[in-house]
Amino acid sequence: MKERERPIRILIAKPGLDGHDRGAKALTLALRDKGMEVIYTGIRQTPESIVQTAIQEDVEVVGLSSLAGAHNYHFPRVAELLAEGGNSDVLIIGGGIISEEDVASLKEKGIKEIFGPGARTEDIVNFIRQNVKRGGGQK
Amino acid sequence: MFDKDEIAQIKKAKKSWESKELKKTLEIFEERKKEFITESGISIQRLYTPLDLKEKKCSYNKDLNFPGLYPFTRGDNPTMYRSHLWKVYQYGGYGTAETTNERFQYTLRQGANELGIALDLPTQIGYDSDHPLAKGEVGRIGVAINSLEDMEALFNGIPLENIDISTTANAIGPIFLAWCLALAEKRNIPLEKLGVRIQNDILKEYVARGTYAFPIRPSVRFACDLIEYGLKNKLSNLRTEICGYHMREAGATVIQEMAFTLANAVEYIKELMSRGISIDDLPQPIMNTVAGLELFEGISKNRAMRRMWARILRERFGAKEGSECLKLTFFGGSQASRWTAQQPLNNIIRGTIAALVQALSGVQVCGVARYDQALCLPTPESVRIATRTQQIISEETGVMDTVDPLGGSYYVEALTDELEDKATELFKKVEAMGGAIVAIENGFMEAEIGKSAYKDLREVETGERVRIGVNKYQVDEALSIGMMKIDPLEEEKQLRKLHRLKKERDNDKVKHDLQVIKEAAQDKVNLVPPILKAVKSYTTIGEICGVLREVFGDYQRPKY
Repeated sequence: MKERERPIRILIAKPGLDGHDRGAKALTLALRDKGMEVIYTGIRQTPESIVQTAIQEDVEVVGLSSLAGAHNYHFPRVAELLAEGGNSDVLIIGGGIISEEDVASLKEKGIKEIFGPGARTEDIVNFIRQNVKRGGGQK
Repeated sequence: MFDKDEIAQIKKAKKSWESKELKKTLEIFEERKKEFITESGISIQRLYTPLDLKEKKCSYNKDLNFPGLYPFTRGDNPTMYRSHLWKVYQYGGYGTAETTNERFQYTLRQGANELGIALDLPTQIGYDSDHPLAKGEVGRIGVAINSLEDMEALFNGIPLENIDISTTANAIGPIFLAWCLALAEKRNIPLEKLGVRIQNDILKEYVARGTYAFPIRPSVRFACDLIEYGLKNKLSNLRTEICGYHMREAGATVIQEMAFTLANAVEYIKELMSRGISIDDLPQPIMNTVAGLELFEGISKNRAMRRMWARILRERFGAKEGSECLKLTFFGGSQASRWTAQQPLNNIIRGTIAALVQALSGVQVCGVARYDQALCLPTPESVRIATRTQQIISEETGVMDTVDPLGGSYYVEALTDELEDKATELFKKVEAMGGAIVAIENGFMEAEIGKSAYKDLREVETGERVRIGVNKYQVDEALSIGMMKIDPLEEEKQLRKLHRLKKERDNDKVKHDLQVIKEAAQDKVNLVPPILKAVKSYTTIGEICGVLREVFGDYQRPKY
């Protein structure tokens, strides 16, 4: 099999104390159905633990989920830590209850896209396929 | 409920109707769907008649009876809303206690009579605002309460004698109770006048929402310390709540909500009985039940739940007929996960329907989720509209003027029966597994709920399940509602308060009180008395949970 046909590897992660992970879990199953390799971290992760898992698991995409208003701290911190470790080619996306104003500032800080309530799996999948850097995250 | 001759006549008439009128109509008009089903997968018949009740062997005396009589299908008491309208509840909190106090004053001016305190996540999990894991989370989805000092500020100028207060304190119930008791003592409020409802159901936190602080078994003991303390000290206005809400929001069907909530409750009952408490001495239970938009399934669920609860406590635990513990009451909320961020004003209509479900099935306290909840914390305007929704239903519609208005509807009774049957079956499956704790530890409950959530997602994405504004009747619109913003400076304000408190209080006393708590935890004795002592010396929640973590350890969640 050619390298580029390898399934896309994704880490779905819940940073912070928020335990609302219905969306994270459902998306994990939905993306697996689309043929991607998806790892779900479980809740209460720190940006440090998320980045560590992302590197260990050699993922190309990190999807961050937050419904408890702490995204402004956690999401940019994940981007920062990935960049510091030379992993800025990992695609970072986010989801949850996030205001338009916050979406704009998160995008400036390296979160490529934010998917709000009601976002369709298909749109998320298309976005990932179009924006993922294949082999990204691999050393 | 009908005599033999009448049943035979109805049967005959139904056959004739099916072969003539119905057949003719179906030849002209095909039905909209091959099969009609409820959200939890129950098949809905075209028409319900006395035959359906006959088939289910429904007996008025055994299955319905009069309100206030076993099995309480029609209500936990004889007059229901004819004596007391429901309590109007609103949940709120953000930033510091001082800021939330302003919101509480506003909420009370709108006519609410139960204040629900939204605690921020660090508080709910037992961390002080200055804990490293609290960074970015302080005052975000609720108010930060570190110590009794914050509780004093939270209720400054609010007369506690005239209202009820409540909170979701599943991991920290005894600490929240201690704060309430200490506050009442300071204000010289007699304990029987202190109306407190505490959501004290830690088990569902391990399957949904995840707001736990300690491993499962010590957490169950901790939750039961609160109930035991209330019983021994005759806190007659203390209600401890079991809760299906968060499991539903995580994707559970109505049937899963019923079965898992009851299975979880059984674990607390077993723990309390192991302490020598008689089942007949347990207080009247209150369950947090959530209404979605399916009117009839929601109404039937609450009726079925009252009956199922009473039957299981009586049959399984031998509770006596007049025992308070048989009479399930409800806090009725609305399923905010069904609210849409798109065309958010439509959620006002959804809230109205959810509240109607609760009114028609007899809940004691009602809370409507605010229309902006899929977007932000509620604004004063959305709080007022939610409050008015509750008041319009209870005071303008007349739906509260008779007890159990839908009792006797062929459909509602058939659905009530079916929900009870299906939920009892699932409950028994959990029991056969070894009970709720086992079903949580082995991942069963979480996986079952996850499957339902995924099914829901797929059905919404294929359009099979309609979400107006999301997969049907979408519009391109700029969001035009006012959005609630939390001042990021609130976190700093809270940290300054906490640091000053830690400097100014008697730290030798705090140290001593913490040691006493630690020893009590090691000895497995009731933790409320030492915690009450500690909160009075302004020991913080993070310090108390810190020593408890040393004894109880941390929880490792099974991999999903």
